[in-house]
Amino acid sequence: MGRLGKAGWVTLIVMLALLILPPVLLWSGNEFYLLLATRLVILAIAAVSLNLILGYGGMVSFGHAAFIGIGAYAMGIPVYHEFYGGLPGVASTNGFFQLALAVGLSALFALITGAISLRTKGVYFLMITMAFGQMVFFLFQSLSEYGGDDGLVIEQRSELPLVSFDNPLSLYLTSYAVLVAVMLLVWLIVNSRFGMVLRGAKGNDQRLITLGYNTYLYRLTAYVIAGVIAGVAGFLMANFASFISPDMMGWSRSGELMFMVILGGAASVIGPVLGAAAFVVIQEVLSSWTVYWHLPFGIMLILIVLYGRGGVMGIISGRGSAHRRPDE
Amino acid sequence: MDYTLLFIQTLNGVQLGLLLFLVASGLTLVFGILDFVNLAHGSIYMIGAFVCASLTYWSGNFLIAVVLSLPVMAVLGYLIERVIARRLYARDHLDHVLGTFGLILVMDTSAHLIWGPEGIAVPLPDWLNGQVTLFADVVVPSFRLLIIATGLTIAAGLFWLVNYTRLGMLIRAGASNRTMVAALGIDIKTLFSLVFALGAVLAGLAGMLVAPITEASISMGGEIIITAFVVIIVGGIGSMKGAFIAALMIGLIDTLGRSFLGDIFQLFMSQDAAETSAPAISAMLIYIIMAAVLAVRPQGLFPPKVR
Repeated sequence: MGRLGKAGWVTLIVMLALLILPPVLLWSGNEFYLLLATRLVILAIAAVSLNLILGYGGMVSFGHAAFIGIGAYAMGIPVYHEFYGGLPGVASTNGFFQLALAVGLSALFALITGAISLRTKGVYFLMITMAFGQMVFFLFQSLSEYGGDDGLVIEQRSELPLVSFDNPLSLYLTSYAVLVAVMLLVWLIVNSRFGMVLRGAKGNDQRLITLGYNTYLYRLTAYVIAGVIAGVAGFLMANFASFISPDMMGWSRSGELMFMVILGGAASVIGPVLGAAAFVVIQEVLSSWTVYWHLPFGIMLILIVLYGRGGVMGIISGRGSAHRRPDE
Repeated sequence: MDYTLLFIQTLNGVQLGLLLFLVASGLTLVFGILDFVNLAHGSIYMIGAFVCASLTYWSGNFLIAVVLSLPVMAVLGYLIERVIARRLYARDHLDHVLGTFGLILVMDTSAHLIWGPEGIAVPLPDWLNGQVTLFADVVVPSFRLLIIATGLTIAAGLFWLVNYTRLGMLIRAGASNRTMVAALGIDIKTLFSLVFALGAVLAGLAGMLVAPITEASISMGGEIIITAFVVIIVGGIGSMKGAFIAALMIGLIDTLGRSFLGDIFQLFMSQDAAETSAPAISAMLIYIIMAAVLAVRPQGLFPPKVR
């Protein structure tokens, strides 16, 4: 192998394409594709963060969309109060303030729910994260001041120095930069000593504990990091859509994130990006054919689970395998 | 305190709890014996409501429709087991979740195609549509009493089935060591199909019972499945007894929380603060209870014996 393995080349090509193609399409008069790419990149950020705990840490979280929702509401609620009064301490259109709020709240939520959920394993963990995700969903659904079930239109995008989110290209490039930073961060984490312990604990928890590692704390740390990154994705998503609603964090959104990770190939940094791209494209193509696009999508999902092997990255690297249970 | 309201809401809580038990028992049965996570269980419940609604209009009688719908649900469960679930038993839970997530999309969209986007109201026969005066000024709809009676009967029937019949013995044996059961000459595949079909019948029945109250709608499956998960997490995944107790507990807490939390909060905070915080807290109440139970007992209240 050269300095760059197969995965490295794929990463390079995909990320270059994402950097060059959307602006070029914008200049040739196809703004639609830039918006599609923005959604793709923001979803990819969340998928990469889910992969840190799911692919590398073996924590099958089914509530990851909750962090997107928390990040999005942390952006939208200050704007709401800036325009309609109430809660003067929170009212703000300052992007840094909103981002800090998104990061802080996601971290807090991840810390509390992670501390409880990570006491359990496997299917318990899966259901508990799902239930906590739904808890946040119902919380925002019950807050009638912020539109309840109908959601809330955001009057003004975040104000930041140098970039204006009202310009679609600025928002895209900012999201892209965040994605690159997040991928780099995840790559650094999984290749660090911390990441070794995390991956080791996925393979054989008992051995790592015997070696003296408190794997619970390692998992919790990874869970909080992943939650914060997804919160940032939510902050960007709220800016992109200018709209927030509980629908952003329903459990089917969490399922879609999981689908992206698995479709792209878990336990590779670029996999979830490919998965997010595949998801956005499939959704776009199918929904242009029929309003019932969930039907072919669901059938496809079942077929991928039954016959797919290790996702797109598994096919590329040619070493995919179905998720067999290690213990049977 | 309004004691009439308290009594009626308690009855409503018991009713919700028993419906939850019907859904959760199938979920916990399938998980206990097959080690299979079925997210699509809520969609089976939803299909049950729609099939019953259609058959009610076709036959003109709700009870006939229920009797006719039950075998339909058994066939649906059997088909899901044969076509999809069976191929996933040997995989890990992640594949179960993704596969059945796909199944939810397929079933929900199919329901949308067949029955349209609107909900369908299910009319009751006159003798079930009335009110019953229990005592003094406590009046309850007779159909709700029927739901409670049915729920309790099914619970007793399941208890008998699991603990005192040959099938139940095989179910329990399969849950603790399926390889051994297969080695003793039991047709384990048929047993699995049977258990899956039974779970589908129970979930479908819950859907049929709830349809005359709320009407059959596509979103009802997604709404109940999470609560059913909370029930089996609190009760201990795989435990029938745990599912029963936790279902009643969750049903009561949810119903009473939604109607009385505001009053309770007003005892120690201003009316304004109580009116804003009570709906939010009561929406989260069962999850808070779940978190509290798990903080003390990570495996739930009644974890089944280790296999």
